[in-house]
Amino acid sequence: MFLEVNDLTVDFHTEDGVVHAVDGLSFEVERGSTLGIVGESGSGKSVTNLAVLGLHNPETSKISGSIKLDGKELLGASRSTMERLRGNEIAMIFQDPLTSLSPFHSIGAQIAEVYRKHKGASKSAAWDRAIEMLDRVGIPQPKVRVDHYPHQFSGGMRQRAMIAMALVCDPGLLIADEPTTALDVTVQAQILDLLRDLQEQSGSAIILVTHDLGVVASTAHDVLVMYAGRAVERGTMREVLREPRHPYTWGLLGSMPSLAHPVDVPLRPVRGTPPSLINVPPGCPFHPRCDYMELLGREVCTGERPELSPHRGHGDACYLPLKQKAEIRARAAGKETT
Amino acid sequence: MTEKLLELSGLEKHFPVRGGSFIKRQVGAVHAVDGLDLVVHEGETLGLVGESGCGKSTTGRLAARLLEPTGGTISYRGADISHASRRALKPIRSEIQMIFQDPYSSLNPRHTVGSIIKGPMEINGIDPPGGREARVRELLEIVGLNPEHYNRFPHEFSGGQRQRIGVARALSVNPKLIIADEPVSALDVSIQAQVINLLQQLQRELGIAFLFIAHDLAVVRHFSQRVAVMYLGKIVEIADRESLYEQPRHPYTHALLSAVPDPDLDAPPRERIRLAGDVPSPINPPSGCRFRTRCWKAQDKCATEEPPLVRLDGNRDGHLTACHFPEDQATAGRDIVLDPALKD
Repeated sequence: MFLEVNDLTVDFHTEDGVVHAVDGLSFEVERGSTLGIVGESGSGKSVTNLAVLGLHNPETSKISGSIKLDGKELLGASRSTMERLRGNEIAMIFQDPLTSLSPFHSIGAQIAEVYRKHKGASKSAAWDRAIEMLDRVGIPQPKVRVDHYPHQFSGGMRQRAMIAMALVCDPGLLIADEPTTALDVTVQAQILDLLRDLQEQSGSAIILVTHDLGVVASTAHDVLVMYAGRAVERGTMREVLREPRHPYTWGLLGSMPSLAHPVDVPLRPVRGTPPSLINVPPGCPFHPRCDYMELLGREVCTGERPELSPHRGHGDACYLPLKQKAEIRARAAGKETT
Repeated sequence: MTEKLLELSGLEKHFPVRGGSFIKRQVGAVHAVDGLDLVVHEGETLGLVGESGCGKSTTGRLAARLLEPTGGTISYRGADISHASRRALKPIRSEIQMIFQDPYSSLNPRHTVGSIIKGPMEINGIDPPGGREARVRELLEIVGLNPEHYNRFPHEFSGGQRQRIGVARALSVNPKLIIADEPVSALDVSIQAQVINLLQQLQRELGIAFLFIAHDLAVVRHFSQRVAVMYLGKIVEIADRESLYEQPRHPYTHALLSAVPDPDLDAPPRERIRLAGDVPSPINPPSGCRFRTRCWKAQDKCATEEPPLVRLDGNRDGHLTACHFPEDQATAGRDIVLDPALKD
C-alpha cells in the first residue's frame, strides 16, 4: 500500500478547550488510484491532509497514530525530511488558487522554483520544465504564459497552473483539497478530466477532498465518508454511492438534488447541524441527528463508539444490522416512486 | 397564466471602467447586463443560471432596484420603476425583498436577531396585529428557529441558521417577490437541503414569487418552475423546467447540463461536452452571438449577426432560444471535447 494512515488522531489546544479534529482515522491509498474524502465543513478532511503533509504547528497540535508513505513513517519525521518530501513526493492543490499563488512572482518562476529546489536543476532547465508543465495541463501558448502573473490568469487557468506546480516533480501522492469548489461547472469538468488524464499518465495516488458526491462519482475509485473527525463509511465509489450503509451517507445523498431525480419531491436532508468538535457527542457522534436511533435504543448509540465494520472492504460505523438497513432503504425507495 | 409581477425589458447595466493617470476618464465599460428581457409572474419561481461573471447578480440587484439601470426598463406591476426616486420606491421596497449569498456579511453583527428581523417593519412602518415583537417570534418559528433566540446575536448561530434569519427578515414585510441571490451556495450540503426545503415550503404556503439566482443547475431544477440561462449579460435560453432540462436547444445550455457531475450512478449516461476556456471579458464582449468563441457550431454568421431570443420550430410555448444553429431536439449521444488539454 502506498499511503497507509493508521489510527490518526489530531487534537488542537484552544482557549475554549481541546478540539478533537480527527479521532482514530485509518485509510489507505494505492498508487494510481483516487480516494475521495467526503464530508461537511469541520469533519476533519483538511486537517487530515495537513497532517499527511506535516504542516500542523507542533506547539498547538497533538498528533498521534501513524502515517506511512511507501513504508516510511511520516509522523515524527524530521523537518528536513518533510521538506524533502513536500512538493517532491507529496504535493497539494488548494481550493482557492488565487490565495495560494504568490501575486509578486510570475507563474513560471513559481513552478521553476519547486523544480530547482527538489531536483537541483539549472535555472534554464527548470524554466523549460515549467513551460513543459504548463503545456501538459493545457494552458495555451505556454511560452508566453510562463512569464505572466497570477492576476493575468482566469480562475480555471490558475487552477491549471496550481496543478502544473504540484506535478512538476512527479509526486507519488497528490492531495487535492476541494480543487474545483471555487470554479464554474464547465471549468470544473475540465479540471476533473485533466486530473484523471494526468493520473493515467503518471500513476500517482490522489486524495480528493470534496463535499460534492457528483465529483466523487466522476473521479474517485474509493470513498471515505467523514463525520466529526471520524470515518463513518468506507468502500469503493460504486459500493458507497449505490448501496450506502451509514445513515449520514443516506442524508448526504438525500440532500443533493440530481438532474435525474424526479422533480417536486422534497429533499431528504439530515436534520440539525454538525456537532462541536470540543464536545463530541458520546458513542456514535452522529446519534443526535440520526433518525434511526430508536430502532436500537439510546443506550446502544450513546454507549461505546462504533468502529468501521467489517474491517476491510465496504464498511460503516453504525450498529444497525445490515438487513435492517436494506429494509429501510427499500422502504424509502418505494416511497419515492409512488 | 397568472399576472406579470416584474418585467425587465431591454435591460442594460454598464459599469464604467476608468483609466489614465491624473484625470480618471472613462476608458470603457463592463457590459454586466446588456439587453435582457425577463418576466417573473406572480407566485412562480424563475431560476437564473449562468457561470460567474455572466451578470446574474447584477440582474438580481437591478430587479430589486438596488442598482439603477443604464438602459431599458424595469416595471413592477405595470409601473415603470427603472429610474424611480427613493421616495417613489418606498412602497415597493417592502414588496420586493432580497436574500443574500453570504449569511455572515449580510447580518449586522452588533444587532440582535430580534432587531435585525424587526428592522424592515420599522422602516416600512408596518404594525402587525399583536405587535412587531410577537411577529418576529412568529417568523422565527416559521423559519425553524427557536423564538427564544430573539435576543441573541448573529455570531451565536451557524451558517444555516443565519441564512434562516435572513429569510425571516425578508418575510417580515410580507413581500410578493423575493430575489434570492445564491442563497444556499455558501452552506454545507445537508444544510443547503434544509434551506431549500424551507424556501419551497414558504412558496407553497405564502405564494411568494422567487427570482432564484444560482450556479448549481441541479438546485435550480429542483427549485424553479421556469429557468433562464444567462451568458455574458444576455439570456440565451428560457423555458419551463421540463423543456429546458430535457430538450435544451442552445449549445451553451447543453454544455452546462452535460458538465454537471451526477452522484446518481443509475442515471442514464449523458453525452459529454467539454467547453474550452473561460467566459470572455464583459468589457469587450464578442460580436454577434457572444457564445461563439466557445461554441463548436459557430460559423461566419454567428460573428456578424446577433441571434434573437425566439421560439424555435417544434418548441413548447414559452421556450425561447437565441441561436442560429440550435441543437437537435433528439440529442444525439456523442462526445464533444473542446479542451485542448484533453485532445489525443
